[in-house]
Amino acid sequence: MTNGNVTLVVKDLRKKIGKKEIIKGLSFELKKGEVFGFLGPNGAGKTTTIRMLVGLIKPTSGQISLCGYDLHREFSKAIRQIGCIVENPELYPYLTGWENLEHFARMVPDIPENRISEVVELVGLQNRIHDRVSTYSLGMRQRLGIAQALLGKPKILILDEPTNGLDPVGIREMREFIRFLAEKEGLTVLVSSHLLSEIQLMCDRVAIMSKGKIIRIDTVEHLLAEQERVIWKVEPIEKAKSLLEEETVIIGEEDGTLVTYYEADKLSSWNERLVKAGVKVSEIRTKLPTLEDLFIELTGGETID
Amino acid sequence: MINLVYNEMIKIVRKRRLLIIAAIIVVLVALFTYAQMKRVQSLQEQLGTTDWRSQLQQQIIDTQNRLNSSGLSEEWRKFLQIRLQQQQYYLDHDINPSAPGAPTFMRMFAENSIDLFIPLMVMVIAADLVSSEASGGTIKLLLTRPVKRWKILLSKYIAMILSVSFILLSLGVISYFISGVVFGFAGWTMPLLTGFSVQGEELDTTNVHILSQWKYLLMEFGLVWFVSIIVGTLTFMLSVLMKSTAAVMGIMLAALISGTILSNMVSSWESAKYLFMVNLRLTDYVSGMAPPIDGMTLGFSMTVLAVWGLVALMISFLVFTKRDVY
Ligand SMILES: Nc1ncnc2c1ncn2[C@@H]1O[C@H](COP(=O)(O)OP(=O)(O)OP(=O)(O)O)[C@@H](O)[C@H]1O
Ligand SMILES: [Mg+2]
Repeated sequence: MTNGNVTLVVKDLRKKIGKKEIIKGLSFELKKGEVFGFLGPNGAGKTTTIRMLVGLIKPTSGQISLCGYDLHREFSKAIRQIGCIVENPELYPYLTGWENLEHFARMVPDIPENRISEVVELVGLQNRIHDRVSTYSLGMRQRLGIAQALLGKPKILILDEPTNGLDPVGIREMREFIRFLAEKEGLTVLVSSHLLSEIQLMCDRVAIMSKGKIIRIDTVEHLLAEQERVIWKVEPIEKAKSLLEEETVIIGEEDGTLVTYYEADKLSSWNERLVKAGVKVSEIRTKLPTLEDLFIELTGGETID
Repeated sequence: MINLVYNEMIKIVRKRRLLIIAAIIVVLVALFTYAQMKRVQSLQEQLGTTDWRSQLQQQIIDTQNRLNSSGLSEEWRKFLQIRLQQQQYYLDHDINPSAPGAPTFMRMFAENSIDLFIPLMVMVIAADLVSSEASGGTIKLLLTRPVKRWKILLSKYIAMILSVSFILLSLGVISYFISGVVFGFAGWTMPLLTGFSVQGEELDTTNVHILSQWKYLLMEFGLVWFVSIIVGTLTFMLSVLMKSTAAVMGIMLAALISGTILSNMVSSWESAKYLFMVNLRLTDYVSGMAPPIDGMTLGFSMTVLAVWGLVALMISFLVFTKRDVY
């Protein structure tokens, strides 16, 4: 069913709550060492999907397998492969960070003695680990949450909005840390976010979700490159517009420039046509769209906050 | 499993629950010891003697006087008559029913706290065992470990039983030592009567026999433990069903208080005897007090409680293992 490189397989996952179908048939595979992003607006179903992946809620139908273990038939073995933070990193506030980690370490068989200090060092929490969690800042809680997730040496790390509420420095650190885990430790990391810039900077592949469905899955580069745009600075603009419309689609127009899709083999002929018709072309440049542009296009302009 | 129970115990201890309960017990016991001391003193002043026989005689006269006064409800009259017979029995057989002393105080304290105070303390432990994990969000971490859900719940249940046992133990120890300072520590071997049963209006004394106080105490604490476990189990179930600890406490509190009220007025509503809260005063069967509803016996009450407990436990496990966690 899986080759050695695929760590997480989801097949036709569905969830109904009451009469409402919230997740409408998701299928995807994650590979070792990649950072996979779940991108979608509020209420798209990211958290619901993640809850199903970690066994907190039962899918109405569909299969989830983690490193070859079916989540429902071999729960303990499958869940052993996962470390996760679902929504906020909630730990016991009346215990110290260290005691929290001890608590969770006791629940997993054969975690070596020194693993706790190892993960504490990994997330850089040595100085405050013996303080009560109630005195921690959000960033520290987030780190402790990650330490907790890494405790059992998981192969897959699932983080729901890991940068939520962090300051810019914290966000960058988190991003670098996630890349480090994937590249150096070979973990598969699944992150969800509605922050497009985040996903763009840290993920290898992205699934764009909307209303319980995945509308696109691809590598970040592909998604962006495929939709590379050309910006034309032309005069007179009306004439250029009617000519270009015969060739391609005009996706934007602002202060004396037109925006079209990029097609490498046709660009020069378009230009030739414009020049021959007496349009003055003063600038042609290509531009990568942000994931944000893409996202809005794909979800049909749904709000994303 | 031991690890899991250990985790749960750590959480209970670090939340300072046991400490708070122990502190409450200390304060209350001190209070009651003082009240009891005052009562003994005023009785002695009234009678002008320290002889318990004349005290008992005085009590009997009091009871008779109340019986003779008009405007007594039929139930109350019945109760007083039974009480009178009992007191007469003690007097005739030369047995001091309330010889002060720490063991006697312990016994009375346990008897009086079985239907409200002890269940309340149990509630403080059991009410947030599961609901606090749900409202604090830590349930998500708990359930994403390689441990089956029923094991997690079982570890919490065991932790509840351990804590309840600890509470009762500390109740015994604290009330023994605090009251001992005032009343002396003697009285373990004092003979007590048990085996009274109330048949209709008659106090049935055919099974009455003498028991030394320590055996009597052991029996009563056994019953208190049983009641506590059942109340704990019911609270535990509510804690599984609800996210809000306050709601759990509210419902349990309402049930317990309605139980004490109902016990005083349901003698004609017969099916009320199947409610768990009117069956909590198990120690009354031992000391020979009239049950709230005719026909209730120790065996009956324990069966009713056990059924309630088992059903609650089943619901807890079914819901907890099946439920979607949001
Ligand atoms: N317990 C529930 N009962 C009913 N509907 C629910 C429940 N939980 C979630 N939903 C619905 O499911 C949909 C998906 O919610 P979900 O929390 O997965 O979104 P999300 O993608 O994580 O959004 P966000 O970015 O805001 O976190 C929403 O429309 C929500 O209203
Ligand atoms: Mg979410």
